[in-house]
Amino acid sequence: MSDIISAVHLLMQWQVIAALLVGSVGGVIIGAIPGIGPAVAIAILLPATFSLDPLVGLALLLGIYGSSMYGGSLPAVLINTPGTAVNALTTYDGYPMTQQGQALRALGLAYGASFFSAIVSILALVLLSSVLAKVAPLFGSREIFLAALLGVVLVITAHKGQVAAAGMMAGLGILLQSVGMEPVQYTMRFTFGQDWLIQGLDLIVVVLGLFAFSQAFVLMVEPEDKPTAKPIEGSMFRAIGEVFRYWRTALTGSGYGVLMGIIPGVGEFTAQFLSYTTARKRSKTPEMFGKGSPEGLVASESANNAVPAAAMIPLLALGIPGEALTAMMLSVFYVHNVIPGPALFRDQLDFVYALYLALLVLNVIVILFMLVSSNFLIKVIRIPTRYLGMMILLLSFVGVYSLRNSVIDCMLAAGFGVFGLILKRLNLPIVPLILGMVLGSIMEVKLRAAMGRVDGLADFVSRPISALLVIAIIWLVFNAIRTGVRDMRVRAALAAE
Amino acid sequence: MQRVLSFLEMFRRSRRPGDLIFALGFVALSAVLAALLPWQVRWLPRLPAPAQPAFWPTIGVAMMLGFGLLHLAATWVSPRLAGRREEVLLWLRSLEYVGWFVAYVVIVPLLGYLPATVLFAMTLSWRLGYRTGRTLGLAALFGLGTVLVFKAGLGVRIPAGALYSGLPDSIRSFAMSRL
Repeated sequence: MSDIISAVHLLMQWQVIAALLVGSVGGVIIGAIPGIGPAVAIAILLPATFSLDPLVGLALLLGIYGSSMYGGSLPAVLINTPGTAVNALTTYDGYPMTQQGQALRALGLAYGASFFSAIVSILALVLLSSVLAKVAPLFGSREIFLAALLGVVLVITAHKGQVAAAGMMAGLGILLQSVGMEPVQYTMRFTFGQDWLIQGLDLIVVVLGLFAFSQAFVLMVEPEDKPTAKPIEGSMFRAIGEVFRYWRTALTGSGYGVLMGIIPGVGEFTAQFLSYTTARKRSKTPEMFGKGSPEGLVASESANNAVPAAAMIPLLALGIPGEALTAMMLSVFYVHNVIPGPALFRDQLDFVYALYLALLVLNVIVILFMLVSSNFLIKVIRIPTRYLGMMILLLSFVGVYSLRNSVIDCMLAAGFGVFGLILKRLNLPIVPLILGMVLGSIMEVKLRAAMGRVDGLADFVSRPISALLVIAIIWLVFNAIRTGVRDMRVRAALAAE
Repeated sequence: MQRVLSFLEMFRRSRRPGDLIFALGFVALSAVLAALLPWQVRWLPRLPAPAQPAFWPTIGVAMMLGFGLLHLAATWVSPRLAGRREEVLLWLRSLEYVGWFVAYVVIVPLLGYLPATVLFAMTLSWRLGYRTGRTLGLAALFGLGTVLVFKAGLGVRIPAGALYSGLPDSIRSFAMSRL
């Protein structure tokens, strides 16, 4: 109880409240503008948060992370263009509803489902925290190494149809994190005799390049797009309330979101797919899915917005980020010497509770903002895309240059920006590269730490949690190969016909 | 031969123009990195493999090469798509904006963050075709807002411009620390 009271005190600081307000409202606006998305915004803001108090910095980033999907549903519903990538499924039923003259209802359902699932996922996080506090200390170096390895395997195998591309990007990430002077034996790795490579490649520079710079370049080189949308009329409050008519669908979607959010490397897309498929199976009107079904819209939005809170579980309990945004947040923890993992629950439980409360508060701020802001946001989504590219490039400079005033960092970020542009144009995955860097670093440190207590491979299965993790890894690899070969045989048979 | 072709056929997948060039480039890069391994990383005596400095870079390069070859195989056997040249030219077009950005990075320490940012925003806006007084004015305003939020508000570390040293005493220190 004293930890909760202490957490409330931490949250009541004006800087934390201000950060939550700016992050939540800013996140909605960023989410509503097609072409930015939370990854770009968080990458840009990341270095600026290093000078802030850890809770203030995290509140700002959490605000953006947790609120962008609310904003992203607006252009998905009104102009058939998802504001963030995870709102893509929302267009299936949201836009047909707009075409049928039900834009207000569609937006209300989208916002209501997002809020519903956010609250469910925060409750799940709070309930799971006591379990986490007990389980997390059972994770030693070898378990954390295996959990990180599981994360790499998951992020590769989760990219159905792109496993090879995801694998090569994860490999590149592992290589990039190893560049520079090796910290134990002090030998150089892939420095090519260059002094500026001795310190290694900064994760933030790579993240900024791959997300922010690449997006700016994509927007500036592609043809102009100037979205238009009609104003909304009517009571948003009543429209949001309609989500309770579909509470079973929203609850199922939230459940999938929580489950998929906890598993590293899986994320919103799988949760949405499962939620949408289940909703269609259970629906009395499955034929309406994809043509303006309120249940389809609720299924999609509830699944994606349950993920942010759930994704904090592996991050806080084990220090293992499940996707790019939590990987970025991990660097905020490290900069302030707050190390996520079992010790965080033991020593700074009030800080953990303050993060939970921050998630709750930001969702309340967002839903209040959404009640009154839809017509303002419609003006924001009209910003021409190439002009937006200029704005992102301008902001990206702050992110990369303020790190250490290095022209080389700027050149590297721009180089990764061009690489990211190529990946985006070819529809190749970027996230495995970032997770390869983060998880590669964790695997290297933890495996080395575990070596002192490990005599052979058998020691990796001598403890229950490590044995479970090894079984999960082997099963995943085996299953991915089996599924891949089966899919390819089917494809080859179809091609032969 | 037929069995090899059938095996490759299993990797066929939908793809985009330019994919083959990227796949070839990625495998070539991986092969070069693999060839450079003996010179760029060291295996030390009497250390188990996982504790070797060379262990993780080798894993990374091996993954790049192995998965890269699979990706190349998948791309190679997929149907050819028109528009490869146009796609590569589009990638190269982004280099123009890299140039603009580098110019911005170079002029910030000379002109100072505020003047350089306003100038960069307006120039790039003009280059992108937004040449009306309103769009140029909005670009300048956005540049000003960015400086006020990040430098004056959040105090991010961006050095003062050399130009600021010529300002009158009364505003010089303010400009150097806030703008």
